[in-house]
Amino acid sequence: MPLVNGGKIVDDSFVKLAVDTPLPEGGDILVPAERFVSDADALLKRAGKVGVIWPNNRDIDELVPYLGKVAAVALVFPTFRDGRAYSQARLLRERYNYRGELRATGQILRDQFVFMLRAGFDSFEVKKQADAEAFMQTAKRYSVFYQPTGDGRVTALHRRMQLRHSEGVGT
Amino acid sequence: MYAYDEIDRTLVNERVSEFRDQVKRRLSGELTEDEFKILRLQNGVYLQLHAYMFRVAIPYGTLATNQLRALAHVARKYDRGYGHFTTRQNIQFNWIKLAELPDALADLAKVGIHAMQTSGNNMRNVTSDQWAGVAPGEIEDPRIWSELIRQHTTLHPEFSFLPRKFKIAITASDHDRAAIKIHDIGLRLIKNEKGETGFGVLVGGGLGRTPFIAKTIKHFVHGRDILSYIEAILRVYNQYGRRDNIYKARIKILVHELGTEKFSREVEEEWQHIRNSLLQIDDEVIEDIRSRFTYPAYEKLPHMPDELRQAAADRDFEAWRKNSVAPHKVQGYSIVTISLKPTGGPPGDATAEQMDALADLADKYSFGEIRVGHEQNLALPHVAKRDLPALWKSLDKLGLATPNVNLITDIIACPGLDYCSLANARSIPIAQELTRRFANHELANLIGRLHINISGCINACGHHHVGHIGILGVEKNGEEVYQITIGGRADESAALGNLIGPGVKFDEVADVVEDIVEAYLALRERPEELFIETVKRLGVEPFKERVYATR
Repeated sequence: MPLVNGGKIVDDSFVKLAVDTPLPEGGDILVPAERFVSDADALLKRAGKVGVIWPNNRDIDELVPYLGKVAAVALVFPTFRDGRAYSQARLLRERYNYRGELRATGQILRDQFVFMLRAGFDSFEVKKQADAEAFMQTAKRYSVFYQPTGDGRVTALHRRMQLRHSEGVGT
Repeated sequence: MYAYDEIDRTLVNERVSEFRDQVKRRLSGELTEDEFKILRLQNGVYLQLHAYMFRVAIPYGTLATNQLRALAHVARKYDRGYGHFTTRQNIQFNWIKLAELPDALADLAKVGIHAMQTSGNNMRNVTSDQWAGVAPGEIEDPRIWSELIRQHTTLHPEFSFLPRKFKIAITASDHDRAAIKIHDIGLRLIKNEKGETGFGVLVGGGLGRTPFIAKTIKHFVHGRDILSYIEAILRVYNQYGRRDNIYKARIKILVHELGTEKFSREVEEEWQHIRNSLLQIDDEVIEDIRSRFTYPAYEKLPHMPDELRQAAADRDFEAWRKNSVAPHKVQGYSIVTISLKPTGGPPGDATAEQMDALADLADKYSFGEIRVGHEQNLALPHVAKRDLPALWKSLDKLGLATPNVNLITDIIACPGLDYCSLANARSIPIAQELTRRFANHELANLIGRLHINISGCINACGHHHVGHIGILGVEKNGEEVYQITIGGRADESAALGNLIGPGVKFDEVADVVEDIVEAYLALRERPEELFIETVKRLGVEPFKERVYATR
């Protein structure tokens, strides 16, 4: 499954651990929430980056104390019709100021990229190679955004206000 | 009328090109039907019994004549020459070919019409009073706010994959024509004691298999805060709404399971985090949207022009005028409802020819504006009273002057088993039979205001729970059986109807309705007592007796 990060297909440095996989010596690991929470101190002490896979039905508040210490948070879309992780993503970015890697995992198609970018995701485990290759093109599909979110894209309402004021100059 | 600016136009065009790519990927097999399903639903495309069905949004029920002509064009070019107006200010086309859909959308985009989010588990078309901006006594034009909310809910990056569909309706009149109490969010536009605009917010209304009337969760949300407050409701719903069972996924179930108080506390808590953010709207933003709504340059006209006085001698004209013409906020003008419920016809259908002709009449008599109401009728919102007789003659020629608005034959019905893959029973033939049964105008007039609503399955698209007489078709041992309720209503006193007894067969439905009506005529205290009032006064019992005594 190709990983897109920073707009490009990249190698995934993280290894995903299951609840009972033996802990590797070094290297970057993505750990299920349950295991992470029960053993956070030990996990964070080892060499290599640590990220956490956070299920979409688990309260994000529980993750907040660790946000400064994890290198990645992977949120889950069990199917692309299940949109709970969009709310989790915005809360992480906009309320808790999480600045690390925010990864979308699960059933990820090109048709969600714009929504996900706007919700704060910057990393995508894409299901199909063709969708991963189409990332940059698909991400630019929209130039108009009606809602303000933490991604900082200028909203339609804001652009209208700018237009109004610039038209007002000199009249 | 709201005029799209370059920004709105760009977005709709970008959406069309995205959908074109999605259809292409589906046709090439790159997308599975399962993957494509969600994407097509976000663009109003259902797979029905016989073909794809295409649902187009008419936000807050306002159409310009070039838009109505574009709908006629789609009916003619891509469909079978007609369209069906729904209970949520949409129009549906029943025979669209998938490969042609992107072109149909592109044709509509040219006149500022889209089909975004007219189906799927997202925020649906924002609906409002079809008399918005012209109804006497209205607090202010609710379409300004409807448009603001329409924009905010379009392609929302957080709330496009909700547990279930989500519908918002807005009213600004004491008399609720937008049925806000049966919506996921109902907004009642009000002024506070300082004269500032805000909203009473109701949540959790809805019909389907578990009907609920919406509950007020906040008595006043200031206009500047309405987007953040809606966002707070949606965030609570998106995270905690049930996703394990499609029949328990609407927000009404969450509100019911948490209790109104706990639900509103959750919303309040979320809202406190986000109310002082970019979601706060300043007056200038509202002004900007308001400035793109244009209003007619009304003339100063007499209250009772000679033309109207003379036409009063014509009984047919008078019969139509009494039921179809309503007071306008400007003297000398009227709001004219166009009945799409001809005797023997399917409720809510209009042919391409009727749409084109109506567009011409709207240009001539209604400042180029048409409205669509949840009762599946249309309206011309600004007709000079002096023009009423001439308009009536033209409408009559088009088969659009059936004098039955708000009467027993002004029936709301879903498409039912004739089109819909979810239906268990036929709806349209029941409606057609009832319009024939009560075709005598004198009789219908004697009965007075009476709303019949018909749904062909438990999903309740025909809003049967809130019909004065509600008819629900179900399937029992391979046969269509109809359950009859009475006493429901969808207005400001919204209530769910009560079952009168065991279900009846297809052939018996019209007889049963006749029995109910006869019972009412015998029981009412005076001619002015409406059916719904008699039911409220006496309950179900006397009607039940009348219906089942001989069965």
